[in-house]
Amino acid sequence: MSDSAIAEGAGIGAGATGSNGGGIAGYGNGRGDELGASQTPQRAYVTGMVIALSGIAMFFMALISAAVVRRGSPSGDWRPLAVSGWLARILWLNTLVLLGSSATMLQARSRARAGDEIGFRRWWIATSVLGLCFLAGQLLAWRQLVFAGLYLATNPSSSFFYLITAAHGVHLAGGIIALLVVAFHPARRMARGTAVEIASMYWHAMDAIWIFLFFFLLSGGR
Amino acid sequence: MSSSLHPVHAAPRAPSGFWRRYIFSTNHKVIGLQYYFLALVAVTVGIVLSLLMRFHLVWPRAHLPFISGGLMRPEQYLALMTMHGTIMVFFVLTTAPLGAFGNYFLPIQIGAPDMAFPRLNMMSFWLTLLAFACMLSAFFVQGGAPISGWTAYPPLSGLGSITGPGEGMGQTMWIVSIGIFCFASLLASINFISTTIEMRAPGMHLMRMPLTVWAWFVTAVMSLLSFGVLLAALIMLMLDRSAGTSFFIPYGLVVNGELQAGRSGGWPLLWEHLFWFFGHPEVYIAILPGMGVTSHIISNFSRKPVFGYRAMAGTLCAIGFLGFLLWGHHMFVSGMNPYSSLAFSALTLSIGVPSAVKTFNWLGTMWGGKIHFDTPMLFSIGFVSFFVTGGLSGIFLAQPALDNMLHATYYVVAHFHLVMAVAAIFGIFSATYYWFPKMFGRMMNETLGKLHFWLTFVGAYCIFMPMHFVGLYGGIRRYADWTGADYLAALRPLHMFMTIAAFATAAAQLIFFYNFFKSLASGAKAPEDPWRGTTLEWATASPPPVDNFAGDYPHVFRGPYEYSVPGAPDDYTPQHLSPSEVAGAAEGDGNV
Repeated sequence: MSDSAIAEGAGIGAGATGSNGGGIAGYGNGRGDELGASQTPQRAYVTGMVIALSGIAMFFMALISAAVVRRGSPSGDWRPLAVSGWLARILWLNTLVLLGSSATMLQARSRARAGDEIGFRRWWIATSVLGLCFLAGQLLAWRQLVFAGLYLATNPSSSFFYLITAAHGVHLAGGIIALLVVAFHPARRMARGTAVEIASMYWHAMDAIWIFLFFFLLSGGR
Repeated sequence: MSSSLHPVHAAPRAPSGFWRRYIFSTNHKVIGLQYYFLALVAVTVGIVLSLLMRFHLVWPRAHLPFISGGLMRPEQYLALMTMHGTIMVFFVLTTAPLGAFGNYFLPIQIGAPDMAFPRLNMMSFWLTLLAFACMLSAFFVQGGAPISGWTAYPPLSGLGSITGPGEGMGQTMWIVSIGIFCFASLLASINFISTTIEMRAPGMHLMRMPLTVWAWFVTAVMSLLSFGVLLAALIMLMLDRSAGTSFFIPYGLVVNGELQAGRSGGWPLLWEHLFWFFGHPEVYIAILPGMGVTSHIISNFSRKPVFGYRAMAGTLCAIGFLGFLLWGHHMFVSGMNPYSSLAFSALTLSIGVPSAVKTFNWLGTMWGGKIHFDTPMLFSIGFVSFFVTGGLSGIFLAQPALDNMLHATYYVVAHFHLVMAVAAIFGIFSATYYWFPKMFGRMMNETLGKLHFWLTFVGAYCIFMPMHFVGLYGGIRRYADWTGADYLAALRPLHMFMTIAAFATAAAQLIFFYNFFKSLASGAKAPEDPWRGTTLEWATASPPPVDNFAGDYPHVFRGPYEYSVPGAPDDYTPQHLSPSEVAGAAEGDGNV
């Protein structure tokens, strides 16, 4: 009776979480370096990343909705920031670079799954380098704005342009640091596969958020 | 691969060094206590600030030895008000219910050895402490503490020291502090949610979680979705202050005779929307854990299952969801479109439904129970009382026509103090008296506890009930000195009464502090389960071992509130007892 109840309970517990991996195993086996840390199931890191990304999404939604409201403010001071000419070219190129980095990341993960450590590292580093290229490109885009005489405080449209791109850039820079940590500094508690998985989740999410922000900034000219 | 990185021990043990064990600990229980003591320090500061305000309101021309010049200036009163509100809302009502008790008891109640991410947990606490230090430092910078209230409305908060002495460096410290606090809260909420989803013991499915866990879970979801919005708003406010942008600062603003040039037409209303999109969920972040604790304790001390467990869990979620849709009721007098006001008003009134369901179920749980009036139970009943009293005035304030009259008066002060501050504090007190034996292994003194309850209960009503009448009479809030207005002179006796009540109630808290530290040093030894409770925190030693269950992790066989089950051997059936153990105990009783 009691055994079947345990089995039922475990099944429900794992089912309710609805994520990958088995039931909650290993609590009673006394594993534990820093107490409890190693008893965190690996899928908790994935769950944690999903939750963190929803918090980050709310942050960007706040910026976007603030821009929408500010654009419609009764003072009518919003001068559209036209994304055209060199600025548009740079941003399109940046977007392609970032999309490319998602592709190299997929490649790195498939190499990792195939057990090809050197291939994994190569594609993984390539992803970080593309990320750095994107950040450099964003700085170039800012230089274009400066050449055009559009500074942070020139108009709310330029304020939001700088603010939104900077906020995304900071998040992406954090992602680059995370990628380098995963490549060169083995985690103490997290399995390598988990570290790769959550780093790539974060990276793809930053890519997706950029696409969203980019089209918002493109449409912001109107 | 990972197993080679994890040294295997026979049994978990705490780090041996003092610093790693008690200061820079990653253990959720140590971190919970750190949050608790942080909140104790913060609440003491907050109470002192409020007493200074109450003193000034009745003796505005009294000379105070610690103020340069002796007389308190209006901006100093506003600084007290700002810092009182900020410290109480962020560093007491957010840290104690969730950071302290959530950290300590959520993992134990779901049968986990620790939070999912212990180092992240430690980081959350230390960032919160840094934020608190940053906030207090605002008192000591040039110009002193900010004066723009805990809501920091621009343009007052967005222009620097031209708008007031505290609006220079003081306001900057405020923004930095709250920014750090936002970040710490986001990290903490990721941890709470992941732990609840991933770390539950076998058998602990969602409908077997104690209502405290439900409450902390919903609270963490709310802080995850709201603090990021405040962080975004703070960045914009900081840019308005330091980079000359015009997110919130309007065009052509003249402050103290000086035109604020270079601003292109920002919108203060935008700040209000962003702030209250965070701020309204924030008041539920403060109160929801208290609701969970109240449900938990009322069931335990009535020796009855929670009346309508599913409804209780469901209404927590409903309040959490609705809490994101009604921020506009803080802005009825902001010049917002009246049609928006109508929508926000209807949504606000609708939150009365889940709130009423909760109150009904608390009473239903007590109805016909064998009620034990121990101190935790008294404070929980007090919670229900204040929640109802404060909630009722909320129904008046939810109507724009009435709010237009009452918004800037003490009526609002009375409302939010009763429903959010005092109720939440009573939740914290009842949790303290209830879990003190588990946290410290000693019992608190019951006589002193009851004395503390009655003095605080009566005292809090004496402070805040008269405020309704002051507000209805037109007593304007936020004014440092109302003696200049003749029509308010009649209110002086009421103000005097409230001030005396405030000092008396604050003095009664000394009983709590005495009881707390005396019991800590020399209270009677606590057994494992002093309240004959059913949930997992009572299935382990007091205080719990470092991994909570000394390697013997529980399985869960039933819901959290099985009190007075017909046919059961005891009037409580703990969650971790297997059916055969329960049957064995019943047979044993039958033989006797």
